Amino acid sequence: MKQILRLRINNQNYEVYAPIHKTLLEILREDLNLTGTKHGCELGECGTCTVLIDGEPVLSCLILPVAVQGRAITTIEGMADGIMPHPLQTAFAELGAAQCGYCTPGMLLTSKALLDQNPQPTRDEIKHALAGNLCRCTGYTKIYEAVEQASKT
Amino acid sequence: MKSFELHDAGTVQEAVALLNKFGPSAKIVAGGSDLVTGVMKDWVHGKGMPIPEKLIDVTAIPEMIGITIAANGGATIGAATTLTSITESKDLDQKWAVLTQSAASVASPLIRNFGTLGGNINQRPRCWFLRGEHFDCYKKGGDFCFAVTGDNRYHAIIGGELCYIVHPSDVATSLLALNASANIAGPSGTRAVAFDSYFTGPREDVLRENVLKHDELMVNVTIPALAPNTKTAWSKLKDRQVYDFALVSVAVVVTQENGAWRDGRIVLGGVAPVPYRAKVIEQALVGKNIKDTIKAAASTLKTVARPMSLNAYKVDLAINLIERTVLNAL
Repeated sequence: MKQILRLRINNQNYEVYAPIHKTLLEILREDLNLTGTKHGCELGECGTCTVLIDGEPVLSCLILPVAVQGRAITTIEGMADGIMPHPLQTAFAELGAAQCGYCTPGMLLTSKALLDQNPQPTRDEIKHALAGNLCRCTGYTKIYEAVEQASKT
Repeated sequence: MKSFELHDAGTVQEAVALLNKFGPSAKIVAGGSDLVTGVMKDWVHGKGMPIPEKLIDVTAIPEMIGITIAANGGATIGAATTLTSITESKDLDQKWAVLTQSAASVASPLIRNFGTLGGNINQRPRCWFLRGEHFDCYKKGGDFCFAVTGDNRYHAIIGGELCYIVHPSDVATSLLALNASANIAGPSGTRAVAFDSYFTGPREDVLRENVLKHDELMVNVTIPALAPNTKTAWSKLKDRQVYDFALVSVAVVVTQENGAWRDGRIVLGGVAPVPYRAKVIEQALVGKNIKDTIKAAASTLKTVARPMSLNAYKVDLAINLIERTVLNAL
């Protein structure tokens, strides 16, 4: 069964004619070429496919796109302001908070949602917020430090 | 993922009518985190567990969303309320901390942001044979339990018969401790079922885990006010610190009188096919000083536990976690 999906992604409207059983992750990557969102475990365990729905981080591998029509979807492509990186992106780059980089889009979006709600989080609050985003390189310390640095800018 | 039809229900009556019309091939979907990752995947099925052909989305039904504190001091929580809304509710946390803590221990923040109360309570078990492609087990309509001879380190230590799954829901465990009830809508109206009799074991019907029929929908959950001098506590042990399903979880609700156990409930998750109320321990505590008695009382779990070949460690985990959680509640 195919249907027309109307999605609002990074403040832009998209219409996609796609099978209803494709996940939001698959629609983003395969139909809209927004490949910044990464495909990880596809089981809701790793967090690398994180996107924001109305500012809240969720897992695009588990979301049916029909369920999020009309809501504000933010992917990593929508994080920078034109050519100006988001302060979190700058901090991640400056501190080397990415090793292989595969978890980075998810880490950045979850961190953005945290800072939008809680601009001065403690280390503990950062850890809790990022609990669902796994870094297989285990570079968590730099990630926490980068979120802290961004919260001060 | 296999394709399906998606139907939006605007009201409870509409959802029930759709369930009734489509029959067992239709399933309710809310957050969908288990349905999309697990049940809809092409490899998790059998003749007793068909892949749903139609999904009925209930996340736009207003009466199924939100938290209401009633005049009598109880609470009603819509089944499509997200777990994040529950963990962030100050009203719930002040009165029923065991519920908010158990909700906060479910999965990760990313899943709690769209996973719902009803979805968590009614999710299918995690048994790796059930979730594996090549195991046509009892629960899928087959004629074997692979946990009996296979790797059963995460399986039931109490109440396993035929099938040795453990109930996966953290909030179900705390809701049973709180003596909560489910309100269920069906074709002939609504009924309230206390969680005491909501969950069903494999002997009753191996193909399901609760009394919800295929044409019924959990609308909301009602929690009664706690008696005076009642405290609660929650603990969950898991293989990974960050998030996982419970090896053992414990929900305690205790009403005290001068340091003695007057009334209360101790409910275990991760040990049995249903959230397991440890009545044997509660009875050993009644009227006794809790601090003096808890160690001996907790160890009476051994009298009801029947561990399998690789999971006897869970009996010790449970006994220690019960002792710790009861003491934390005081």
